[in-house]
Amino acid sequence: MSNAPDDHELRVSKIRSGTVIDHVRGGQALNVLAILGIDGSEGEEVSVGMNVPSDRLARKDIVKVEGRELSQDEVDVLSLIAPDATINIVRDYEVVEKSRVERPEVVEGVLSCPNPGCITTGDEPVDSRFEVLEDGVRCSYCGTIVREEIASLIET
Amino acid sequence: MRHDHLITSKQLSRDDVETVLDRAAEIDADPSSVAGRHAGRLLGLLFFEPSTRTKMSFETAMKRLGGDVVDMGSVESSSVKKGETLADTVRVIEGYADALVLRHPQQGAAKMASEYVDVPLVNAGDGAGHHPSQTMLDLYTIRENAGLEDLTIGIMGDLKYGRTVHSLAYALSNFDARQHFISPESLQLPREVVYDLHQQQGGTQIREHESIEAVLPSLDVLYVTRIQRERFPDENEYQQVAGEYQIDAETLEAASDDLTVMHPLPRVDEIAPEIDDTDYAAYFEQAHNGVPVRMALLDMLLENGGEDDE
Repeated sequence: MSNAPDDHELRVSKIRSGTVIDHVRGGQALNVLAILGIDGSEGEEVSVGMNVPSDRLARKDIVKVEGRELSQDEVDVLSLIAPDATINIVRDYEVVEKSRVERPEVVEGVLSCPNPGCITTGDEPVDSRFEVLEDGVRCSYCGTIVREEIASLIET
Repeated sequence: MRHDHLITSKQLSRDDVETVLDRAAEIDADPSSVAGRHAGRLLGLLFFEPSTRTKMSFETAMKRLGGDVVDMGSVESSSVKKGETLADTVRVIEGYADALVLRHPQQGAAKMASEYVDVPLVNAGDGAGHHPSQTMLDLYTIRENAGLEDLTIGIMGDLKYGRTVHSLAYALSNFDARQHFISPESLQLPREVVYDLHQQQGGTQIREHESIEAVLPSLDVLYVTRIQRERFPDENEYQQVAGEYQIDAETLEAASDDLTVMHPLPRVDEIAPEIDDTDYAAYFEQAHNGVPVRMALLDMLLENGGEDDE
């Protein structure tokens, strides 16, 4: 892939410092924002491109967040709904770090189990833990498998 | 078997299962050989849900090994009522006992509890999850009556919430068994369990049915479970559905003479009392097998207690 700015990236403005999440599967941008806990209510500066043509994905979403660098936990969950995503860390308009997301084997303390009978949903001091499957995630405690709408399980 | 805890039958290999069953058979043949073996040791019983057979057979097993039990008692009379977490309760009780047996209404409770204690912990039922010690006595009964090789088994009733069913299905996938699951559509095996069974190496053969008729003549073992009233929105629907999954002498006319009928008990009306005195019935023997099998499990876990897992 060339380092030259993708045509389509020009559709949304450059950011000064923060994170550009590129090559998100078309239609998933709002879930990416949900993972980051961004709903606009706190005045964050966010640019979103949805379903823009892409060589790699045919249609992709792109999310730019000013003033925010992602934590490893956030990247781990991001990888579940946007497995092809590229994370660009920007400082002073320069991309200082560029990486592809990697699917972790386990995500801990990030998703909540949708099974109301699961021990992790009560008052116990235990963190949730999900094993990452090829096509979803599975609660390490009760075994529940979730394949769709994983973003809706993000703990707030 | 080199495990510190017994949480799910999924963790057990065929070797593990056979080791426990062989040990149980030795104990069954000569219970006096292990009398006094664990004298002075205490088993902590933590039952957050009612239990008769499981609790009493663990208690009997421990006492026959020469040990004794300490019992948390009912939830109503314990500090759980004051809002104590399970994680705290097990950490307290592990200081009183050499091993713990836990039954809890929530799935994953035993796994979580095992992460907080160093003494061996046995899952005696976690909600709709697992019940591996029941599975061991089920397998023991199957081996005694029909053998575990080239087995055709029908598992019927509430397959969705029946934890004994989930545990048994996982354990049987270690063996060359054809498993037929017979239930109303609303009480089919959880998709997670089906997913796991399909993932097993060696290609466990499973098939799902809504009626027992077609499959009954081919069965070596029929494992019946109770369909509970509370799983249905109204009484009429329950009566209609449950009636289709009851067996009596007339039903069994189509079965092989060698069929073994099992049930984890308690039964309500899934198996007519007229079956009790026939050669088919193995469910009371199955309940009795809980003692030697749990003696074997406790003996092995107490021997390993405190050592690192492999």
